[in-house]
Amino acid sequence: MTLAFRPARVALHAFLVLTCLATLAPLLWALYASLRTYDDTARNGYFSVAESLTLDNFTTAWTQADLPHYYLNTLIVTVPALVLVLLLSSMVAYGVSRFGFRFNVALLMLFTAGNLLPQQVIVTPLWRLYLLTPLPSWLSDSGMLLDSQLGLVLIHVAFQSGFCVFVLSNYMKTIPRELGEAARVDGAGVFRQYWQVILPLCRPALAALATLEFTWIYNDFLWALVLIQTGEKMPITSALQNLKGTFFVDNNLVAAGSLLVALPTLVVFFVLQRQFIGGLTLGSTKG
Amino acid sequence: MTALDSPAKPAGASAPSPTSRRGRRRRATALAPRDKLVLGLMLGVPSLLHLALVWVPALGSVGLSFSSWDGIGGFADIDWVGFQNYVDIFTRYPRFWPAVQHNLIWLLFLLVVPTVAGLLLAVLLDRQLRFGRIYQSALYLPMVVSLALVGFIWQLIYQPEQGLLNNVLGTASTDPVNWLGDPDINLYAVLVAAGWRHTGYVMLLYLAGLKSVDPALKEAAALDGANAWQTFFRVTFPVLKPVNVVVLVVTVIEGLRAFDIVYVINKGRNGLELLSVLVTDNIIGESSRIGWGSALAVVLLLISLGFIITYLFQVFREEERT
Amino acid sequence: MTRFSAGTHPLLGRRALLKAIVAGAGVAAVPGLAACGSDGGGAATDAVSFGNNQSDQVPKDAITAVLKAFEGESGLKVAINTKQHEQYQEQINNYLQGKPDDVLSWFAGYRMRFFAEKGLTGDLSEVWSKVSGGYEPALKEASTASDGKQYLIPFVQYPWGVFYRKSVWQQRGYEQPKTLDELVALATKMRADGLVPIAFAQKQGWPGMGTFDQLNFRLNGYQFHVDLMAGKEDWQGPKVREVFDTWKRLLPLHQENALGRDWQEAAQALQQGKAGMYLLGSFVAQQFKGPDLDDLDFFPYPEINPEHGQDTVEAPIDGFMMSRKPANPEGARKLLEYLSTPAAQLAYLKADPSQIPTSNKADTSGYTPLQKKSAQVIKDAAHITQFLDRDTDPRFASDAATNGLNAFIQNPDDLDSILKGMADQAKTIFSE
Repeated sequence: MTLAFRPARVALHAFLVLTCLATLAPLLWALYASLRTYDDTARNGYFSVAESLTLDNFTTAWTQADLPHYYLNTLIVTVPALVLVLLLSSMVAYGVSRFGFRFNVALLMLFTAGNLLPQQVIVTPLWRLYLLTPLPSWLSDSGMLLDSQLGLVLIHVAFQSGFCVFVLSNYMKTIPRELGEAARVDGAGVFRQYWQVILPLCRPALAALATLEFTWIYNDFLWALVLIQTGEKMPITSALQNLKGTFFVDNNLVAAGSLLVALPTLVVFFVLQRQFIGGLTLGSTKG
Repeated sequence: MTALDSPAKPAGASAPSPTSRRGRRRRATALAPRDKLVLGLMLGVPSLLHLALVWVPALGSVGLSFSSWDGIGGFADIDWVGFQNYVDIFTRYPRFWPAVQHNLIWLLFLLVVPTVAGLLLAVLLDRQLRFGRIYQSALYLPMVVSLALVGFIWQLIYQPEQGLLNNVLGTASTDPVNWLGDPDINLYAVLVAAGWRHTGYVMLLYLAGLKSVDPALKEAAALDGANAWQTFFRVTFPVLKPVNVVVLVVTVIEGLRAFDIVYVINKGRNGLELLSVLVTDNIIGESSRIGWGSALAVVLLLISLGFIITYLFQVFREEERT
Repeated sequence: MTRFSAGTHPLLGRRALLKAIVAGAGVAAVPGLAACGSDGGGAATDAVSFGNNQSDQVPKDAITAVLKAFEGESGLKVAINTKQHEQYQEQINNYLQGKPDDVLSWFAGYRMRFFAEKGLTGDLSEVWSKVSGGYEPALKEASTASDGKQYLIPFVQYPWGVFYRKSVWQQRGYEQPKTLDELVALATKMRADGLVPIAFAQKQGWPGMGTFDQLNFRLNGYQFHVDLMAGKEDWQGPKVREVFDTWKRLLPLHQENALGRDWQEAAQALQQGKAGMYLLGSFVAQQFKGPDLDDLDFFPYPEINPEHGQDTVEAPIDGFMMSRKPANPEGARKLLEYLSTPAAQLAYLKADPSQIPTSNKADTSGYTPLQKKSAQVIKDAAHITQFLDRDTDPRFASDAATNGLNAFIQNPDDLDSILKGMADQAKTIFSE
């Protein structure tokens, strides 16, 4: 079949190559702009052949906008949120998928539906709740849940757990029940069955979810915009607005800054592509 | 794709009961007290967190939508005004109906353009193809870029004098189109950017769905003399029904949540009003109008719930059946 | 605080922190976080926190330099919290109720009173008793809320006017218009000469309010401006109508596509000589450098109604408030006192000479010609307004007014429905 329709194949490849180029064009355009000097583009416009290419914009964006600081802010939130959401969701998924009890379908529905709510529906009372929750200063330097990284971690965990529970419970249902039962006969308690038998078997699903959730939490914009008040504590995606002020009118710098901000997710995507795609399809094509 | 066979497995070693295949209550009672406690904690802690930070605030929004409150002071400072906010929003808030309209256009666009494009690409890529993986990677790459960044990056394309688009069209120096500033077209300009990111996702979902189509079916259809179109519509497409539902829901939710991209571009003004923006403007803006913003949020909630319930119904009904 | 530790030893600092996070990420995620969050916790008494809304590079560096000088003088440490200019304003309400910084940037006018009267900012009468000699009475009045106490320390001020490049005007023989008709004639001539007559940008949502204000108080006078902003006048009435009708007449002489442009871009059109004039605050000078800056001049908006002449100038005051419960009240007052001094204000303006000090003790000998003119224009005015969004209820300004003006700029022919929308919302908001 592949050999029979050569002209069709060529047309198909041509179409796909063009589509891919069109898809990548915005990023490539940003890359091109970011590699040019301000003088060059000011004189010749952006739509011109570059006089020279340089990485200066990247170094300038890196230092001037203090990017390492904001990467770190993101890391402080993303890593604990990721670990917690996987841990808590897998426990719930284990419960609802391996044990029959009265409310398990209802619970699963609650999590699934919660994940689909628009954030704006939640954000006002959440803000107030955070304001009214005092924390000791060793937990949050603002003295409350508001404007604390802990608060941000918690809402990510709570909000994202909906999706993770759904995916993991579907996955766990595919694990033969005998596996858990065998451990049980050996006298393992519920937690040991979960921790030593089921969880290791879920590794592919957990890896997929971790990749996906990393991207989502990294890309969050609204939660931090509302729940963090100190500009210095903003994760990188929400700090973008500040960067814009810093860079104003220098599009080359804006482009360089944008690409630097996108870099971690792009790296994760390229390195863990299989997991990333696995995560999306795991969750969504169930049934 | 998953979960199809698990209930058919023996339903538990301790008390297999012929009368109840799933053995719900029986299993629960068979647990040791300590296991019950552990299980309760494992389920309870995450559920409480989820309830407290997602559902309680969502209900809180419903409650506050009946109030008039500037968000300052304690709950004693709240005036309760019944349905007044809703009446005012529907009758005298000039941004409301445009926002609803934009949300609908947004939904419609996302449901048509990225879905058709994604399905087409998925069908084209669902075969042994040299460079197939490279094509796929390129096509879903935009998915990992946050919507806020998409807003930034596309501004470089849409700028009137310096942007890529007007220069390619050759209008940059003569009569540049103001893609993001002209309220008659900026919504569509932004939708192209949003669709750019969404297409890869849809394609991915369909690709996964297509993988589960039995090749024997297609071959049989081909032997019967069906052409590619007929095979697709008679054999493949029906099998994709569950994927269609997922795509529908993912798209609707994406459409209703849309916020970051317009907020980054122009704060959601001047032709880019969306319900999510109006909510945000009223509750986190300088002008805190909590009751007003919450009423807008409830409108958004009701629309979303319609789709969420449809989705749950679809997903869990199948679960019951299997 | 993390910023500095990461800055001095970038790799070491980050790696150590990374380790801490990874180690603590599991069950002990929470203590892991705390270790990062409470870096500077113990230093409350010798530190003052400062909320800064000057996010553009030039003013940001300028205010940083001032605070550095204060650190040197007082021995206190200032922790600066910078947020993007517009974002800062949008979040002010939540910010003040949450955990605001000890000293924070804000504006004079209704906008200051609103939060003062809600009890969200601290009483500064004590500081004022020490510094009032340095301010004209009008500035004290602008810092006073309805309870007679002061809640703001004025810092700098800038007039709004019509800016132009002297060289361009000389070359083409343009003269300053004294009346609206002369302005229209001049603008028409500019257009014939191939210039954009009036630069214009409204993407940020507020610059157009400046145009509305000028037309409004030139046509209807200062008192009407005050009453309209206070919700005592009708947006559907004939006087407001006339403002918009006048604007409609001028709109074709403005730069097109204003809604897609930031003011900085419009300022560059003026700077590059593509536009003939630009109605904006004197901060427009931030976009001009060196010889270009010396070439920049302005005049107050021309007279429209002889009854009011040019008696009103829009000259917003930027200043600082104190949060209601500052972590370090003593330090906060010390910093505010310092910010009221001519030394601090002049130091700030050295990096950003587009505005003028509010202190009447400032040495004017070092003023640029633009600053001299600004000071003169403000001094000559019988009435000073702040700005539409500083003189009215923030709930009205940020939604109804911004979007009403945007809609008008987009579709001037829809005036009836736009004014009805604004009037309806004004009624709802001012009756709440």
